[in-house]
Amino acid sequence: MFDLDLWREIFQSINKNRTRSLLSGFTVAFAILLFAILFGIANGLKNTFKEAFGDDATNSIFINSGRTTKASKGLQAGRRIQFKNEDYDYIKETYNNKVEFITGRVYKNINASFRNEQNNYSVRAVHPDHQFLEKTKIKEGRYINQNDLNNATKVVVIGRLVEEDLFLRTSALGKYINLSGIPYKVVGVFTDDGGDNEERLIYMPITTAQQVYGNNDYIDQINLTYNPELNYDQALAFSSSLVRKLKERFLVASSDQRAIRVRNLAADSKKVNQFNLALTSIILIIGFGTLIAGIVGISNIMIFIVKERTKEIGIRKALGASPRSIVSIILIESILITAIAGYVGLLIGMGVLEVVGPKLEAYFIKDPAVSTSLVISATITLIIAGGIAGYFPAKRASKIKPIVALRDD
Amino acid sequence: MLEIHQLHKSYPIGDSSLHVLKGIDLTVESGEMVAIMGSSGSGKSTLLNIIGMLDEADSGEYILDGLPIKDLTEKKAAVYRNKFLGFIFQSFNLINYKNALENVALPLYYQGMKRKERQELAMFHLEKVGLADWAQHLPKELSGGQNQRVAIARALAANPKLLLADEPTGALDTKTSYEIMEFIQQLNDEGKTILMVTHEEDIANMCKRIVRLRDGVIMEDKKVQQERVSAYV
Repeated sequence: MFDLDLWREIFQSINKNRTRSLLSGFTVAFAILLFAILFGIANGLKNTFKEAFGDDATNSIFINSGRTTKASKGLQAGRRIQFKNEDYDYIKETYNNKVEFITGRVYKNINASFRNEQNNYSVRAVHPDHQFLEKTKIKEGRYINQNDLNNATKVVVIGRLVEEDLFLRTSALGKYINLSGIPYKVVGVFTDDGGDNEERLIYMPITTAQQVYGNNDYIDQINLTYNPELNYDQALAFSSSLVRKLKERFLVASSDQRAIRVRNLAADSKKVNQFNLALTSIILIIGFGTLIAGIVGISNIMIFIVKERTKEIGIRKALGASPRSIVSIILIESILITAIAGYVGLLIGMGVLEVVGPKLEAYFIKDPAVSTSLVISATITLIIAGGIAGYFPAKRASKIKPIVALRDD
Repeated sequence: MLEIHQLHKSYPIGDSSLHVLKGIDLTVESGEMVAIMGSSGSGKSTLLNIIGMLDEADSGEYILDGLPIKDLTEKKAAVYRNKFLGFIFQSFNLINYKNALENVALPLYYQGMKRKERQELAMFHLEKVGLADWAQHLPKELSGGQNQRVAIARALAANPKLLLADEPTGALDTKTSYEIMEFIQQLNDEGKTILMVTHEEDIANMCKRIVRLRDGVIMEDKKVQQERVSAYV
């Protein structure tokens, strides 16, 4: 039931006791403000961290080759291991059910030019799956496809910054870019969250590069992602099986660490996850700490308020106030103040994050933000805490004999 | 109007207890104006507080206007206080952030009266104590005598059967005291029953009956010739 008179009483009490109202409001607003800012900054740290490791798929495995360091099966040490298309096919077929995406890579450094603009770039010649492995985002056009691969077409997909460098402010799509004297058609432009270097790359079909730059079927590196349903142990087992099989295939001693190198991001990602967990715990501790400090603050103030109002309570009781009306007037007042102050703290906190946030990127804090629902729950927690902290003293005060409350002191 | 039989009250002090009221018998008729006198510690304030349902007796009977007052719950006591009793305190006990009108209207708020009605009624009582022009002033902006008149208006607002005054002139100078007493005499003339605690002889003599307490028992209970304040001035 909405009791207008009760609300009038409450608003008058809030309005006429400004110091008290401001004090308790300030405590709550400050707690929520701190909560939002600390939480936001911690989230910013987490974002930075995530970005640093989030470029490549976390279930990636990179396979590189080098020179053998040990003699094996009648072959001398120092032999160079070179992957070829058949090795790519071999892995794809052998581990058909465990491989999610797979691509070969051929690296080339070339000089690219369009009209008067020219610059040096890295070219990665790849399979179509590469797009998913590298989390490449197509901005315009398309990525390399199977058709390009089959026909070894002279097409490229260029990074956003390549387009900016060479095509100035015009669209590169459909135009021909000159790579060390050979024109390639630009079929796509991409962006990548991995940073500027990743956006200064040029992708072309691996078959095209093999044909144009050496007329062979060499592959520099093979990257793959395993089936995400594999758990950590299965993923490690998969990569060691891969190493073993490849070593047999290339007649490499099983103890040779250099000839075939397989890097499984699962091992890394476990560390990343652990660090993330630690960071999350710190965030939670910070959040709860701030919240508890706020609860203690508002509780103290509520006890003080009830003490301060003891005489008023005595007067009201002498005039015929029921214990219930005493409790409700104190409680509603405190809840109202906490709610409004909490909202103000929330707005200020979010405002501060919004304004200061972008300037903090240099301190490894990216996009510091905190979800509205989280801050609202924090505010509600404080309101409930303030309510509970206010309820008991108010209840006690409502039971004090008026004569005690009215005693002059 | 008011009947009290064998009223006892003691307060615990540490391990022992202080027996404050040792079997009080008192009957007050409607329209009386009684002064309860006694030195400090005689139990006079305790008696008034029990009558005012601000405190509870340990044993004994208390009947107010035919209604036995016992086993009071907080809620019931609140209703009785509101309906039957008006309080006037030595230190006025006005709510300091409410203006005169709001203070007077407060008992009416607890009666559940509508805002407009209670403001009209409160204004009527303020006029009666001659403070209509001060209705919007806060207690701190009023003199002691004015504050006590606001408190009297508040005590009258709910039209109580019994008016209880605890040293109503204790915080006032003689001139103001007499003004207040004159007003209380007027109320009694209009038929209000008044019970008042005081330790000043001249104030007590302005009542119609004096009950003297010493060490928790009634020493003396006599009717006196009321001295009209108007005679002093």
